[in-house]
Amino acid sequence: MAEKPAAGCARPTGGPVGGAPVESPGEEPVPVIREGHKMIRVGKPAPDFVAPAYHNGAFTEEKLSDHLGNWVVLCFYPGDFTFV
Amino acid sequence: MSVDSVFVHKMWNDHELSKMVEGGIPYPMLSDAGGKVGEVYGIYDEDAGVETRGRFIIDPDGIVQGFEVLTPPVGRNVSETLRQVQAFQLVRETKGGEATPSGWKPGKMTLKPGPDLVGKVWEVWTTDMASD
Repeated sequence: MAEKPAAGCARPTGGPVGGAPVESPGEEPVPVIREGHKMIRVGKPAPDFVAPAYHNGAFTEEKLSDHLGNWVVLCFYPGDFTFV
Repeated sequence: MSVDSVFVHKMWNDHELSKMVEGGIPYPMLSDAGGKVGEVYGIYDEDAGVETRGRFIIDPDGIVQGFEVLTPPVGRNVSETLRQVQAFQLVRETKGGEATPSGWKPGKMTLKPGPDLVGKVWEVWTTDMASD
């Protein structure tokens, strides 16, 4: 029987069962290039984004650049039902 | 903002947060399923599939003035965030003419950077002012 995962802030994730797929010999691994990994820097523009939101009882959409002219505190957290 | 859907945000707000804050959370609860925004901000943890505790202060021109990132088990100090916002607002209002030294809070003295201040900070600022 599977062990019970410990309760915590990190969200338990699933994954494929079994070992890693066997690579065919002689094939060069393709390097994975991930973009958007630049560090945020103070004094530089905040990357703009649009995201669905729940606000005052309604489902809305929020765009960061719509808030130009106001101070914004953007807060990320691991998951609902944890703390801030 | 978290990777939860807006439906889960609604359940959390309506069934728990509204019991802590009258009327529920007054600001938008954003959904970042897949962590795409969190990845751009450098705070998405791909292994755990969640965002870490990143907090960004963005000024009226859209410029990041400060940020703080914590691993999930430790919560933040909201009054420190507000203090920083108030400090950044003061600096902006004085167009950089005033700076807020360590331990500054609204009402405490500021510094006026310039040639006359060089080597003279010790006369106006003492180490006990660095903390509450």
